[in-house]
Amino acid sequence: MAVETSRKRFEYERFGPLIALAILFIISAIASPYFLQVQNLLNIMRQVSYTGIIALGMTFVIISGGIDLSVGSMVALVGGVVILTLNWAMGVFGAAAEAWAILFALVVGILFGAGLGALNGLMITLGKIAPFIATLGTMAIFRSMALYIGSAGVFRSQSNLFPELGMGKILEIPNPVVVFIGLAIIFSVILKQTRYGRYLCAVGSNPKVAKYSAIKVNLTRFISYVTVGITVGFSAVFLSARLNSMSSTTGGSNYELDAIAAVIIGGTPMTGGTGSIFGTVIGAITLGIINNMLNMLGVSPYLQGTVKGIVIIGAVLIQRKRSQ
Amino acid sequence: MGEVLIKTSGIAKEFSGVRVLDDINIEIEKGEIFGIIGENGAGKSTLVKIFSGIYNPTKGKLFFEGREVEIKDPIHAKAIGISLIPQEFNLINELNVYENIFLGSELTGKGFLAKKDMKKRTRELLKELETTINPDEKIERLSVAQKQMVEIAKALAHDSKLLIMDEPTTVLTQNEIKILFDLMRRLKGRGVTIIYISHKLKEVKSICDRVMVLRDGIMISVTGTVELDEHEMAKRMVGRELSQVFPEKTEPSEEVVLEVKNLSVRGLLKDISFDLRRGEILGFAGLVGAGRTELAEAIIGIRKKEAGAMKVKGRTVEIKSPNDAVKNKIAYLSEDRQGSGILISFDIIGNTTLISLPAYSRILINHRLEREKTQKYVDKFNIRAASLKTRLEFFSGGNQQKVSLAKSLDPEPEIFIFDEPTRGIDVNAKREIYWFINELVKEGVSCIIISSELEEIIGMSNRVVVMKEGTLTGILEGEHINEEEIMLHATGLKGVA
Repeated sequence: MAVETSRKRFEYERFGPLIALAILFIISAIASPYFLQVQNLLNIMRQVSYTGIIALGMTFVIISGGIDLSVGSMVALVGGVVILTLNWAMGVFGAAAEAWAILFALVVGILFGAGLGALNGLMITLGKIAPFIATLGTMAIFRSMALYIGSAGVFRSQSNLFPELGMGKILEIPNPVVVFIGLAIIFSVILKQTRYGRYLCAVGSNPKVAKYSAIKVNLTRFISYVTVGITVGFSAVFLSARLNSMSSTTGGSNYELDAIAAVIIGGTPMTGGTGSIFGTVIGAITLGIINNMLNMLGVSPYLQGTVKGIVIIGAVLIQRKRSQ
Repeated sequence: MGEVLIKTSGIAKEFSGVRVLDDINIEIEKGEIFGIIGENGAGKSTLVKIFSGIYNPTKGKLFFEGREVEIKDPIHAKAIGISLIPQEFNLINELNVYENIFLGSELTGKGFLAKKDMKKRTRELLKELETTINPDEKIERLSVAQKQMVEIAKALAHDSKLLIMDEPTTVLTQNEIKILFDLMRRLKGRGVTIIYISHKLKEVKSICDRVMVLRDGIMISVTGTVELDEHEMAKRMVGRELSQVFPEKTEPSEEVVLEVKNLSVRGLLKDISFDLRRGEILGFAGLVGAGRTELAEAIIGIRKKEAGAMKVKGRTVEIKSPNDAVKNKIAYLSEDRQGSGILISFDIIGNTTLISLPAYSRILINHRLEREKTQKYVDKFNIRAASLKTRLEFFSGGNQQKVSLAKSLDPEPEIFIFDEPTRGIDVNAKREIYWFINELVKEGVSCIIISSELEEIIGMSNRVVVMKEGTLTGILEGEHINEEEIMLHATGLKGVA
């Protein structure tokens, strides 16, 4: 009986964010002649890729029924560590092996991100602290650590090659965009095609049922926090490579909001249990286009937050209407 | 004929174009206890949800106290005197009795809560119901039966003329059911009308004046219970002659597959020892709170064992998590279907393969294999669903239970613990489950059945373990498996406690 409606709703969930993006895209194209220029579109993609990459990991965390507020501060701390590691490694490996030093710093950055994520995960699973509280705590701790290590200034890299990683392109597509899309495909496969993805949804949907079904609930949730840490690692590496530096004060600030917003606009409910990586990518791009349009139309930057906020609230309202 | 309280004229209800209720014409009199029976999905709940304002009828008219009414929502229903007492109680655990009774309609004096008046009124109400519940007691400290009393008191506080009870006795013990029935008769004497929905036909016969049979949304008959025996009720519900309810018992082998020795769980279980043979059905009887579910949870590693040992097929095993249980081929079908059995936001496939998912994936999940296997269960258990992608929240209780069964069965267990396998499902689905369990034991699977329905325990088990307050009071065999023996052990009048 109610089967038909369920199918309809399922389709909405899948295509709703895409339709919204398409409408936004058309409006933007009409409003500004520059919008459709390839360079502008690639710019938008590059701008959204830093928070977009984190939003991929955030999707996993939110599906599992959790949240991670610490990702913004984590970007600053990981970025700082990446640059310090790079500077150190260049000294050790010698100038000739600069590429190896960069690779080394990249690996360290990703592992360090994973480690910070593991810290969050341990507090939440073994420590049984509510995710909101635990990551609110580490949000303060990570930022403070970055400020302390960087003396509240900017971590500057001594490498001339490092910016190549951040500015470079593969087939005319900026490197961070390639990473964003590549990771999105991998994450989507993990979510839809592997056991872990199924377990994530099960745990987020009803942890008790998951437990009775022989699913390792704590391990599943723990891995989701490590995963978001890894995405922060990627984001921090490419962000610091682009700037060849990382600010301990403003680096990654408000990234948690943009990442969470991308997930929500993409149709993943805050209550968890289900979600889509495709939706999150759409959500991230939607946010990017809004920013881009407001800039091009000369809207005060102070008002951009208002528009973003309205879009987030609107997205949730539409989802709620549909689920009723 | 007495005065008519509620009357329906051609009531019909459709969901997305599918008719789930069609042309219902009934007149229920003041002070009548009116039973509604039917299989799951017959439309019983839909009908009473129309009465209580949760659904609007697609067609037809509703008359209450002689006037045509359009009940907008549950608040409106309550205001005109219709109260629904749902299966899952709507009480707030953290508040106490009187606060719950007056929730949303608090008495006030000079802008402040008139606690004294509310307590006094609550005491009066509870006294009328002849219970000894303290108005100041927190809801969480009450037993299930007491909570139900509070729900009824809440309905009476609003001067309800029509009380609708949806499966009120599923959670009650025999004694509590007797108290409830006494109360219903007293309410009837005061002119309160009661609509009573139940799967328990014996109870319907004993308490109701008239009974309506629904089948597939259609009113089959409205008959005085004097003229209708339980067999005839069941026949009308399913629309054909019902054959034997329980399959013939099979003889288990001598081989012991599960041995539990001196198992204890802190504060819950003490010194439980029993064994289970290959192909045996071992019934677990006892009153609510005897610790049977807790025992099952200890066996599958959900609860921490304080002491004791377990052997599976002669080998000592340590089961510390459901994962260990699955590895040792032990399955558990939970009594709390939606709480710990199935994921209602998942489809049939996702539920069926939830435990056995490793068998369907190396790195990537083999979706085709999943689909094929699930289809087999759908065919085997006669699961009625539009598609394998339908989410379980749209399923009836019986169909949900079958999916839950498929899920526990898919890892191919050798020991299967059924906890209240037929709770809240209709006669036909029950019978299907009994036959299925019988098929399992014929294949050499060993089963434990925990049930509060003695008939089920007696009809199915080779041996019966009786428990009382966390201890084992007896293991009954052969001719000792009867209602009297079981109750004597369950209440501790017989056996070692």
